Amino acid sequence: METLVYTALFAPLVGSLFAALFAMSPKRQMTGVVTSILLFVSFFSSAKVLMHVVEHGEVHIKLMDWIVAGDMYIPFGFNVDAVSAVMMTVVTLVSMVVHIYSNGYMEHDRSFNRFFSYLSAFVFSMMVLVMSDNFLGLFIGWEGVGVCSWLLIGFWYHKEDVGRDVNPSISPSWAANEAFIMNRIADLGMLVGIFLIYWNVGSLQYDKVFEVVPGLDHGLLVMIGIFLFIGAMGKSAQFPMHTWLADAMEGPTPVSALIHAATMVTAGVYLVIRANPLYELIPEVSYFIASLGTFVAIFAASMALVNRDLKRIIAYSTLSQLGYMFAAAGLGAYWVALFHLAAHAFFKALLFLGAGNVMHAMHDELDIFKMGGLKKVMKWTYIYMGVASLALCGIWPLAGFYSKDTILEVAFNEHTYIIWFILWLTAGMTAFYSFRLVFIAFWGDERYKKLGFHPHEVQNYVLWGMLPLGILAVVFGWHKESFMEFVTEMLPAYEMSEHTHHMVATLTVATTLIALGGILLAFRLYSVRLRRDEKVEKSKIYKVLSNQYYIPIFYKNTFSEPYAKLSEIAWKEVDMQVVDATVDGIANIIEESGDAARQAQSGNLSDYLRWIAIGAIALAVLALFAALKS
Amino acid sequence: METFAFYFLSISIVALFAVTVWSRNILYSMTSLAAGMVLISGLFFILGADFLGVVQLIVYVGAVMALYAFGMMFFDATGVVKEKNAPAMTVFILGGLTALMLVVIFAAPSIANGAPAFYPPMAGANNPQAVGLVLFTKYLVPFEVAAIMLLVAMVAGIILAGKKMDRSLSKIKDAELEGGEAKDSK
Amino acid sequence: MIGLGHYLILASILFSIGLVGVIRRKNLLMLFFATEIMLNAANVAFAAISSYHHDLAGQMFAFFIVAVAASEVAVGLGLLILLYKKYGTLDLDEFTMMKG
Repeated sequence: METLVYTALFAPLVGSLFAALFAMSPKRQMTGVVTSILLFVSFFSSAKVLMHVVEHGEVHIKLMDWIVAGDMYIPFGFNVDAVSAVMMTVVTLVSMVVHIYSNGYMEHDRSFNRFFSYLSAFVFSMMVLVMSDNFLGLFIGWEGVGVCSWLLIGFWYHKEDVGRDVNPSISPSWAANEAFIMNRIADLGMLVGIFLIYWNVGSLQYDKVFEVVPGLDHGLLVMIGIFLFIGAMGKSAQFPMHTWLADAMEGPTPVSALIHAATMVTAGVYLVIRANPLYELIPEVSYFIASLGTFVAIFAASMALVNRDLKRIIAYSTLSQLGYMFAAAGLGAYWVALFHLAAHAFFKALLFLGAGNVMHAMHDELDIFKMGGLKKVMKWTYIYMGVASLALCGIWPLAGFYSKDTILEVAFNEHTYIIWFILWLTAGMTAFYSFRLVFIAFWGDERYKKLGFHPHEVQNYVLWGMLPLGILAVVFGWHKESFMEFVTEMLPAYEMSEHTHHMVATLTVATTLIALGGILLAFRLYSVRLRRDEKVEKSKIYKVLSNQYYIPIFYKNTFSEPYAKLSEIAWKEVDMQVVDATVDGIANIIEESGDAARQAQSGNLSDYLRWIAIGAIALAVLALFAALKS
Repeated sequence: METFAFYFLSISIVALFAVTVWSRNILYSMTSLAAGMVLISGLFFILGADFLGVVQLIVYVGAVMALYAFGMMFFDATGVVKEKNAPAMTVFILGGLTALMLVVIFAAPSIANGAPAFYPPMAGANNPQAVGLVLFTKYLVPFEVAAIMLLVAMVAGIILAGKKMDRSLSKIKDAELEGGEAKDSK
Repeated sequence: MIGLGHYLILASILFSIGLVGVIRRKNLLMLFFATEIMLNAANVAFAAISSYHHDLAGQMFAFFIVAVAASEVAVGLGLLILLYKKYGTLDLDEFTMMKG
């Protein structure tokens, strides 16, 4: 069993190191193939481990002692339980598909090998994150995925910075730094949470921590819960640290699919699920998490309504779905959150990969207003994206129907009707913006022809590679019951009350109706041709939404620019005037004293002899004093 | 008698060496230096260091001074040395201070007393015998090393001074002299 | 009666005379002479201490000093001759190539 776990964990690392060997050399197909095969090996092992966990329960292995210092003992251990096994399988499956897909997508990129090295390194970090049996290992993986995310968002770092009106993300390197810095701020919170745990528990092992947690002071638990959640907010891009996710779309599309939709951004949700014994004890924080999740759900969805950028729409939808997950986790339905996480990973990755196909066909054009009628030339991509969008909207019998519906039922069951209502409304908005995207891009008149594009379908193996995701987006929801049974071994079960049980049918119909309503509205508006309403586009609300509520500009004015000014002061006043002046002063003193002492080096031996005599006298005086003293 | 000899020798030596240091003529300097050396050997005899006195005579007066005398054939030694001497002030301050310090240190009573004698002269042996015994037992290695050093110095002296010895100085062109080895080896 | 102190004071005076020569004179040959005086001063002090202290170690050192002086003269004279051949003078004021 250990071998399988280690294989699952280290195969991506091997692939990454292998690809890294060729990082600076021109494209070699081999690196893509080798990393993909190793990812398949990792996926296969993960699946086997999952089966094992289903049959025999969790696996706990210790690789080695890691930190042993005084009372501090942190082993490098891995714990594969139901949650980890699910995460492992989801991560490796999506990663494998993305690796195969990238072989086609990155075909003409000059840094082909480097890309695969980063991608596999990301998978390794993510595996460490989900498999670790202690908070420190989780943190290592957490930072690892952060670094890989930074590397991959800024993959095309050579692009120039442009104004915010041309490209809201400014440039890949800018977006990468934004993501990294925001995550760093949030990670500080998480680190504080981990420190608090260590101080008060004396261990970082999950099992030990959660054993001790019920006995701790309530205020302390609230602190720990909040600090850990700050970390989760950063990684999962919750308000107010959400701006980086949309900008992260500057990275290559497979990266968006893998990291910024399916896996890394769900790490925050994973953390909350993992720490469920803690959050069970602090309902007020949990309720805050649920409320924030709900807010983010509708907040992100509203921005997606008006956006014209293909990838940004999907990014906002990711944000919105993360909000759903946090809402479910905050309301105590941890398994539902995990279920939505997995289902979302499949259909959102599929959606992004489809978007990648479209971008590929349209020569990296992202404005959906310039597309239209693509379904004729890109039939399979259209089908994939259609299926993924349907799943996202929660249409029966696709995956999203089961997961999202359950979240709404949970919200209803908890008597948090406001949350339920907002989430229900968001479901309608989700349906509208998803199908706005599909109809504008794939239906209607072929606007791209005027702009001189010649779209074509992508390579066949890429389409075949996407098939597992397509199938899972359809069938994953059918296994809700068995999934629940499996993960509730580990997570607390969630029982609906009698009252809700009666209401389930009504709720389901209500949700489906609003989703269908959203789709129909999109159909009415966009299915024939692009209808643009000047009045709407000039309205204030539209402007606020399309400018992301002016939050990036607000951040720029309140944080970035004062900070830049502060840095300038620190540079010009403190560094130049104080630090540099001191250093220069020391150098000047030495130089000047050297200049003065240079007079002594006259080159004349006689002068030197005189100095020697003076020195000898000084030594004699010294000897005299020494003799007198003794 | 000993007192008289000591003062006589001391005053003569100081006077001769003073002439050496202050004389403007190199020949005078050298002559007075040689005379001073001879008188110093007298001091050694008074002190009972017979062998050292003989070595002083042979090596210093016989060898070293002869070497200077021969060496001086290469220089223009007959005339008066023209030089810009250091300011008298500095010289006297430095020299006087050194003398003062040395006298104070040497005159300090604690110096000479108390140190154990490592190699007392053998009873019944005369000075050369005693010196020989110590030199060839306890100081054998330094003695041999000194012998090698003298050999090396001899070879070095010959090589340094002996270059272009076969040609007259006046016939060598300046450029050739300054060019040094490079042209020589052609 | 002549004691050790007398000899040591004599040695000090001789050493100082040598030092004055070294400091005062600019002719390299004179510098060599002055060095010889200083070495001899040391020899006198060694021999005196050896004699009054009944320890032959002092004389041993005097022997080695004589050996060192002899080597120094051999090498030093060779160098002086080279120097004189090259520059035609032995005045120290002429040799300031190493001025910093």
